[in-house]
Amino acid sequence: MSESAAAFFYLVSGVLFILALRGLSHPATSRQGNLLGMVGMGIAILTTLFLAGPSFGGLVLIILGIAIGGTIGAVIAKRIAMTAMPQLVAAFHSLVGLAAVMVAAAALYAPESMGIGTVGAIHGEALVEMSIGVAIGAITFTGSVIAFLKLDGRMSGKPIMLPSRHAINLALAVLLVALVIGFAASESHVLFWLVILVSLALGVLLIIPIGGADMPVVVSMLNSYSGWAAAGIGFTLQNLALIITGALVGSSGAILSYIMCKGMNRSFISVILGGFGGDAGPAGGEDMDDRTVKQGSAEDAAYLMVNANKVIIVPGYGMAVAQAQHPLREMADRLKEAGVEVKYAIHPVAGRMPGHMNVLLAEANVPYDDVFELEDINSEFTQSDVAFVIGANDVTNPAARDDKSSPIYGMPILNVDQAQTCLFVKRSLGSGYAGIDNTLFYKDNTMMLLADAKKMVEDIVKALDH
Amino acid sequence: MDTTNAKAVLQQLNDASAALRDARSGVEKMIGERLGEAATTAGHAASSVDPFVFHFAIFILAIFVGYYVVWSVTPALHTPLMSVTNAISSVIIVGALLAVGLSASGLATTFGFVALILASVNIFGGFLVTQRMLAMYKKKQK
Repeated sequence: MSESAAAFFYLVSGVLFILALRGLSHPATSRQGNLLGMVGMGIAILTTLFLAGPSFGGLVLIILGIAIGGTIGAVIAKRIAMTAMPQLVAAFHSLVGLAAVMVAAAALYAPESMGIGTVGAIHGEALVEMSIGVAIGAITFTGSVIAFLKLDGRMSGKPIMLPSRHAINLALAVLLVALVIGFAASESHVLFWLVILVSLALGVLLIIPIGGADMPVVVSMLNSYSGWAAAGIGFTLQNLALIITGALVGSSGAILSYIMCKGMNRSFISVILGGFGGDAGPAGGEDMDDRTVKQGSAEDAAYLMVNANKVIIVPGYGMAVAQAQHPLREMADRLKEAGVEVKYAIHPVAGRMPGHMNVLLAEANVPYDDVFELEDINSEFTQSDVAFVIGANDVTNPAARDDKSSPIYGMPILNVDQAQTCLFVKRSLGSGYAGIDNTLFYKDNTMMLLADAKKMVEDIVKALDH
Repeated sequence: MDTTNAKAVLQQLNDASAALRDARSGVEKMIGERLGEAATTAGHAASSVDPFVFHFAIFILAIFVGYYVVWSVTPALHTPLMSVTNAISSVIIVGALLAVGLSASGLATTFGFVALILASVNIFGGFLVTQRMLAMYKKKQK
C-alpha cells in the first residue's frame, strides 16, 4: 500500500471516530456510533499492517500482543461493576499515557521503522513533537494512577498537601521545558529518560493535593491529557488518524472539565491547585446542637410518598457507594403503580465522574426519559410534593444559593428545599465532602431518614407493599 | 459513373476523418502537456510547504470539530463519552504496530510490544465497556 493510500485510510478512520462521538448526542444513535468507532479502529490497524508489511515473526508478535491485551481488556469490560466506572476510566487513561511513552521510546531507538530518520539523526521537528508527547503521556500515566488509587479507595481521598508544593511544581515544570529543549537539540537518550522521569514525578505531584470531591474534574482533565499525548505522537509519526483522534479527545476532555468546574462554580485553576474537599471533612459550625432535626422512619417516608402527586428523586455518590440503585428503581415502580409521577434529577457533578449517576440508573433499568438534568427540572421542585434525596449532599445545600459567606456560595444546586417535603436519606448527620454543614437538615419541611441508603430504600419498598 | 462519384465522396470522408483524428491527437497531446505542466507546478507548490503545516491545519480543524461534536453530546452519556474517547485514543496502537513489525532494534521491539498490549487492553476494554453501558440505556416502555 502506498503512503498516500494509507493517509487516505487513516483519514477515513479519523472521520469514523468523529461519527462515533456524534452518535452520543442521543441514546438511540449511540450504539451505532460505538460500532462506527470500532470499524474506524479496525481500518487504522489493517492499514498500518498493509503499509508496514511486517515479517512473519513480526506478525506473530503483533497477533500475540493484540490477543493478550484484547483478552485482558474484554474480561475487564465484562466483569467490571458499573459503580466502579470512574476508577476503570482512570486506569484506562493511565494505559494510554504509558503506551504513548512506550511508542515514543520505540521511535527513539528505531526511528527508521517510523520513517523519521536514523538513530542519531532524527529530524529536529520529530524530536520536539516526540518529547512533548512523551512528557504529557508520562504525566497522564502517573496522574491517572493516583486518580485510580483515590477513586478505588486504596488511597485516602483527602488532599495531600506538601509544603511549598507550588514552588516544587513550578521548578519541575521549568526543568521539564529545559530538558525538552536539550533533548530536541542533542537527541540524547539520557535526556529523553530524564524528561520521562520528571514528567512522572510531576504527574504524581499534580494530582495528590486534589480532594475526592474534585475527582470529576481530574478524570476529565486526564482524559484531555491522554488526547494531547496521542496527538503529540501523531505528529511524530505524521499519522492523520492519531492527529485527528488526539484533537478530538483533547477537546472532549477539556469541555468535560469545563462543565464539571461550572457545576461546582469553581475555576479550573483553583481545582488544579487543589486542597479542596477530603473524604470526611470536619463537622460544621459550633451552633449545630442548638438546631433541631426532624427524623422519620421508612413507614413515614412510604406514607408521604404514596400519597403524593409528584416525587423527584435526587441521587448522589452515596447511592453508588451503597449500591442502592436497584431497590430505588423498585421503589419508583411501586410509586408509579400507585399513580405517583416519579422523576429523577441529576446534578452535573453528582458522583465521581461526568454522567456517573445516569449510568447507574440505566443499569437499574430506569428509562432515560425519566432522568433530567439540573436546568431542565429545577423549576419543578416547587410543584412537587416530595423531593427524595439519596446519597447527595452538597449539591442540595441551600447555603450555596442564600449564604454569601458559604465556601460553596454560587454553586448551582437542586432546589430540593422548595418541595413540599424533602426526604433526606443519610447515614449520619455529618457534613458532605466539602466539609460544609448542610442547612437543609434543619428546615421545617425536611425529614431526615438516617440509615444506610440501600437498607432504607428496601424498608420503604416493604412498607409500600403493605 | 455513380460509383466513381461515390468513391470520390468516400475518399473525401476518409481524408476528413483522418484530419479529425490528427487534430484530436494534437489537442490531446497539448492538453496532456499542459496538465503535466500544471501538475508539476502544483507539485512544486506543495513541496515548498512543510508537511507539518498540513498536519497542523488538520489538527486545528479537528479540535474545532471535536468542540462542536462534544457539546452536542447529551450529559446523560458523558460517562460513555469518556470510555469511548479512551478507546479511540488507543489508535496510538499504529505506532506500536510499526515498532513491533519493522524495527530492527530489540529494545524498540520490546517497547513497541508493551505499548501494543497496553493499547489493545484499552481498545477492547474501552469499546466493549461502552457497548455494555449503552445497551443499558432504555426508553420508557409504553
